[in-house]
Amino acid sequence: MERALETIARLGRTFLAAIERLGRATFFLYEVVIATRPLARRFFLVMQQVYAVGVLTLLIILVSGLFVGMVLGLQGYNTLVKFGSEQTLGLLVALSLVRELGPVVTALLFAGRAGSALTAEIGLMKATEQLAGMEMMAVNPITRVIAPRFLGGILAMPLLAALFSAIGVLGGHLVGVGLLGVDAGAFWSQMQGSVDFYDDIVNGVIKSVVFGVVCTWIAVFEGYDAVPTSEGVARATNRTVVYSSLSVLALDFILTALMLGEI
Amino acid sequence: MAQPQSDSVARDILVDIRDVHFSRGDRPILKGITLPIRRGSVTAIMGGSGCGKTTLLNLIGGQIKPNSGTIRVDGVSVPDLSTRELFELRKRMALLFQTGALFTDLTVFENVAFPIREHTRLPEPILRKVVLMKLETVGLRGARDLMPSELSGGMARRVALARAIAFEPLIIMYDEPFTGLDPISKGVIGKLIRELNQSLGITSIVVSHDVAETCSISDYAYLMGDGRVMGEGTPAEVQKTKSEHVRQFMDGLPDGPVPYQYPAAPYLEDLMRWNGR
Repeated sequence: MERALETIARLGRTFLAAIERLGRATFFLYEVVIATRPLARRFFLVMQQVYAVGVLTLLIILVSGLFVGMVLGLQGYNTLVKFGSEQTLGLLVALSLVRELGPVVTALLFAGRAGSALTAEIGLMKATEQLAGMEMMAVNPITRVIAPRFLGGILAMPLLAALFSAIGVLGGHLVGVGLLGVDAGAFWSQMQGSVDFYDDIVNGVIKSVVFGVVCTWIAVFEGYDAVPTSEGVARATNRTVVYSSLSVLALDFILTALMLGEI
Repeated sequence: MAQPQSDSVARDILVDIRDVHFSRGDRPILKGITLPIRRGSVTAIMGGSGCGKTTLLNLIGGQIKPNSGTIRVDGVSVPDLSTRELFELRKRMALLFQTGALFTDLTVFENVAFPIREHTRLPEPILRKVVLMKLETVGLRGARDLMPSELSGGMARRVALARAIAFEPLIIMYDEPFTGLDPISKGVIGKLIRELNQSLGITSIVVSHDVAETCSISDYAYLMGDGRVMGEGTPAEVQKTKSEHVRQFMDGLPDGPVPYQYPAAPYLEDLMRWNGR
């Protein structure tokens, strides 16, 4: 009996701790958003971060995009050819990438490459007292360190997703037109004719902006909230990747449902 | 020195800590500590590891708030300041962290330039001159292009010191400035603390457990233990104090009022138990 009660109590404590942490993260987000205002005058700080989280993530995004597009080309062709409609391959590749795979896979890669780096960097800055040192120099670390990284991540994500989709389409073209003999004209014209700017492209961009906010928020919060020891930073980095990936996949479902308007 | 009573003495006190209590969770760290620090002096605060010395510095810097008691710096009560006012005060006080807390992604030059860039709009050529002057003060003008990872412990602390004096502060608080340094670096840091105190009139608070080095540079010393002041006076007076607690610390005795053994059940009883840990 006592055991059972203890288990229930522990469950409750865990749940309460999780809720409390979510509350803290929300207050933190509020602080960060407030702190982005002074950055208008010092935009180079944000640009530095766009470079750090964006440009340095470019290679993995481009290579992954190319392969995802090539696989789409192969798989799509194999299915479409059964119905004799392999000429619509371009449309299939483009829609899959722009609506779903571009934003989602980019966000997952972003969480693994840039998000974990952000958490580790901020966590180590905390562990080595750099953040406390900044506060003692009358510089607010939220404004100087966190807010530029937050904005940089939000700006970088849609750009990366767009590049992912673009190179994916090229990958699909490479396989479909180059190897499997789909007509190049049909490939492009089907795509042009049926990919809608608002329904497909803008919705894809909205997704990647939302993913950008969520992934970067998780990454900077986990770093800032990390226990300032090597183990604490390791755990925080781990949490960043896990939470970001799960949030991206869950949010993708919710956003898609809202955009298609079917639920 | 007795409690400051007269007005002239009170005006002489730059940092006034009175009957401060502070606990982390349920664990009391400071138990009613009173510790006035005179303007323009080098004051040492010595004590064993974990006796609350660093906590005291954090309280003066306003990073944490006391449970009760007053902390005044230059007449202003630190715990009552708003964030903006606190940041204004912090421009006039510097804390030198044990690790130096240099920004690892910036060069030595940029580290020293950091607070100046953040708080002023100095044109680049003037900024350069200011930074080089600060670096010259600590003898590291030649190391301006190095990254913090390329510096030795002593050099990193000197760079941090150059950064701390960027705005010629009223107070510098040194948190364990000698820990982990070789004798030469210790000597250099000690000399710098003394020089900055004399040439710029900076009030210095040195928190340390390095008895010899600290006593040699300070005007007045407090000895902390168990969250209270256990002894005070000029270094020479403290050296001669008869109090058992002070003696144990000054002479480095392994056992005394601070027991060698961490509290535990009686040894034999503990060994004879068959289960549990």
